Amino acid sequence: MMFVPGNNPGMMADAHIYGPDSIMLDLEDSVTMAEKDAARLLVYNALKSIDYGNTEMVVRINPLNTPYGKKDVEAVVKAGVDVIRMPKTETADEVRELEAEILKVETEIGRVGETRIMAAIESALGIVNAYQIATASERMMGIALGAEDYSANLKTNRTPGGAELLLAREQIVVAARAAGIACFDTVYSNLDDMETFRKEVELIKTLGFDGKSIINPRQIEVVNSVFTPTEKEITKARAVVAAIKEAQAKGSGVISLNGKMVDRPVVLRAERTIALAVAAGVIDKEEEL
Amino acid sequence: MRNSKVVSLEEAIKRSGLQNGMTVSFHHHFRGGDKVVNLVMDCLAQMGFKDLKLAASSLSDVHKPLIEHIKNGVITGISTSGLRGELADAISHGLMKEPVVFRSHGGRGSAIASGELKIDVAFLGASACDELGNACGVPRSEHAKSICGSLGYALPDARYAKHVVVITDDLVPYPNMPQSISAADVESVVVVDSVGDSSKIAAGAIRDSKNPRDILLAKQAAKVIINSGYFEDGFSIQTGTGGASLAAVKYIREEMLKRNIKASFALGGITAHMVKLHEEGLIGKLIDVQSFDKVAAESIARDPLHQEVSAVEYASGQHLGSATHALDIVILSALEVDVHFNVNVLVGSDGIIRGAIGGHQDTAADSALSIIVCPLLRGRIPCVVPKVTTLITPGKSVDVVVTEYGIAVNPLRPEIAERLKASGLKLVDIEELARKATSIIGMPDSLPFGDRVVGVVMNRDGSVLDKIYNIR
Amino acid sequence: MKNSVAGTLESGDIMVTIGPGEGLQVELQSSVAAQFGRQIKAVIIETLEGLGITDARVEAVDKGALDCTIRARVTAAAVRATGKDVWKD
Repeated sequence: MMFVPGNNPGMMADAHIYGPDSIMLDLEDSVTMAEKDAARLLVYNALKSIDYGNTEMVVRINPLNTPYGKKDVEAVVKAGVDVIRMPKTETADEVRELEAEILKVETEIGRVGETRIMAAIESALGIVNAYQIATASERMMGIALGAEDYSANLKTNRTPGGAELLLAREQIVVAARAAGIACFDTVYSNLDDMETFRKEVELIKTLGFDGKSIINPRQIEVVNSVFTPTEKEITKARAVVAAIKEAQAKGSGVISLNGKMVDRPVVLRAERTIALAVAAGVIDKEEEL
Repeated sequence: MRNSKVVSLEEAIKRSGLQNGMTVSFHHHFRGGDKVVNLVMDCLAQMGFKDLKLAASSLSDVHKPLIEHIKNGVITGISTSGLRGELADAISHGLMKEPVVFRSHGGRGSAIASGELKIDVAFLGASACDELGNACGVPRSEHAKSICGSLGYALPDARYAKHVVVITDDLVPYPNMPQSISAADVESVVVVDSVGDSSKIAAGAIRDSKNPRDILLAKQAAKVIINSGYFEDGFSIQTGTGGASLAAVKYIREEMLKRNIKASFALGGITAHMVKLHEEGLIGKLIDVQSFDKVAAESIARDPLHQEVSAVEYASGQHLGSATHALDIVILSALEVDVHFNVNVLVGSDGIIRGAIGGHQDTAADSALSIIVCPLLRGRIPCVVPKVTTLITPGKSVDVVVTEYGIAVNPLRPEIAERLKASGLKLVDIEELARKATSIIGMPDSLPFGDRVVGVVMNRDGSVLDKIYNIR
Repeated sequence: MKNSVAGTLESGDIMVTIGPGEGLQVELQSSVAAQFGRQIKAVIIETLEGLGITDARVEAVDKGALDCTIRARVTAAAVRATGKDVWKD
């Protein structure tokens, strides 16, 4: 998920050419108070006019308790955004409040149920309530960590190793998995230190995250290279998938590979590997069908 | 010294026998820092010359004072590789009666060698020269101040002009050898305070682009090269100085190391990037018609495997021995490419001249694989268009076009398309790229061209390729 | 209507100034005026008419903005000039 400032038309025009899975146009922290109205109009018109192809379009709105939040919802729902990212989410009630706002606009334009929600959790209270937030709405597609505000809230600083974020990260992955939704890690802002960035991406992949938020197209390659399965992993996954098909063809409930029974977690992991490889473009979808 | 050829500029001009209506020539190795053209033209104007034809290897922003000389009738004809800045703007709007003749670097070399372009007096700036006229572009004393490296574009002038004047700001003791320009070809030597502004002659090593679009283009261009079928041990390459072109060198280098592939030579304008690969042992020789930066200029001064060549040896279409005929891969830029793969690198999409042909025509025609790297859009300016504003390099010599919205292969090269597809690269039709551009920015209105020809674009074989009309 | 500005002079943007006027007068400076000047003016006028504005003086300095950006900046300047937002309160 690539962050793009919502008041920068030059960057918004071609952000999709770098191939991020999703683009988050930001109306919140990257836009000054004096420009909130102009950025909202810019994002609205960009979403309506620019062909972003298959890229999932996300807009980070201002909190609903500011003078901007509700107008942001109205504008981006009317523009047909895929996902609204709510910042600084602390409770399930806030999610339900957003859901009601979305429904109001959707009803007005006759497009009910199309807009999904992503909640950014950026405080200790939010982390404590992570599961409630993750399950607060049918529209919730994922939760994400916002590390700058969170570490300030914890009264600590961000460090290269990320020790201060460990619990928050694990809590978010656990809550997302328990709720059956996706989870995304926070941004890494030092563009000149690709090595530390790579380590961080490797860490959050190990923790179980589905993806990483990025602030510059240059970071995409690193995320993709970490998340793209290796040839060896793909070969193994293909063997498992073949074994499933064979078992299905035989009408057998037991899947076996090389004489050993394959457990359900192995099946799930193999399917996930194939899905990741397809998403990364290293294998074709057609050939897997 | 006995037989010293050192005289004042005025005296050199008097001795040259220059008459009204004759042709004077200059090189552009001092690029944006050049002081020679303006200095000599001012002197010629003061001496009362009229109706002179100026044959420059290229002209840039710094040559704005020529506008006055044109208005006053001192200059009535220009031939060059390119024009930029206010001079280009004025000429595009119809400043001159006689159209400017644009030739590629190889085309100019050939035209001089064949006598098609006759030079009466060549005024050639040099970084160092002795009293007899042995001149070069590299430093030869602690007083050296205007260093440009190769003097490749000046060498045809030195050899074929009827009369040669070397202008230097560092007179060194005889013998200034090895030399680029031989005393045997030189009639006079003029010493001036400064031939160029060194800060504008050669930038320090150009920093790697951090522009994400350049990096994207570079990566795609590198993938095309690596999977083209020409990326094998002993290959040869030429690149430009654009951000994407330089960044591509970085990715090609990584792949050379990985596969243990070495290049036999790099050609053309040589940059610090190429010097680095050469010094690492990844490129055997550097063939240098123009040293683009300080690192390249220093390298050519000390490294016997870094060789200077003349514009004729570099890129002449007529001489089959020229280096472009041995070139495998070239990466080129473009202002516009059209759906027939024709390229324009000279006239902006506002109809104003803002570039140079350079070696574009030459390298595209002679290389085994020519790759154009350009963004689909520069702001609201489309770079892939239905028809180029001005034809510079014919589509039949262009093989691949790389943009941020996709890679297109010329249908004349199906084997390259097959190899790229087999490597997993997705290709698009060039028509599709043009449609994509229009869908984003809309259809541009046609330009308000007048009916006066202000420029004639020559093909490298001496035929006329296209005409440039005045813009209103 | 008071004089108001929206947009920047960054590449890909357009800076639009709107103030009181009679009829719609548009003054445009653009790096792509030759090819797109006519279209840019048309988008500006169409956007203002869509907002019900029939009298205004507009000065626009364009740096290669796309139509969607022009609509956004004209609307923002108009909203600031008239105080009437396009979104519900």
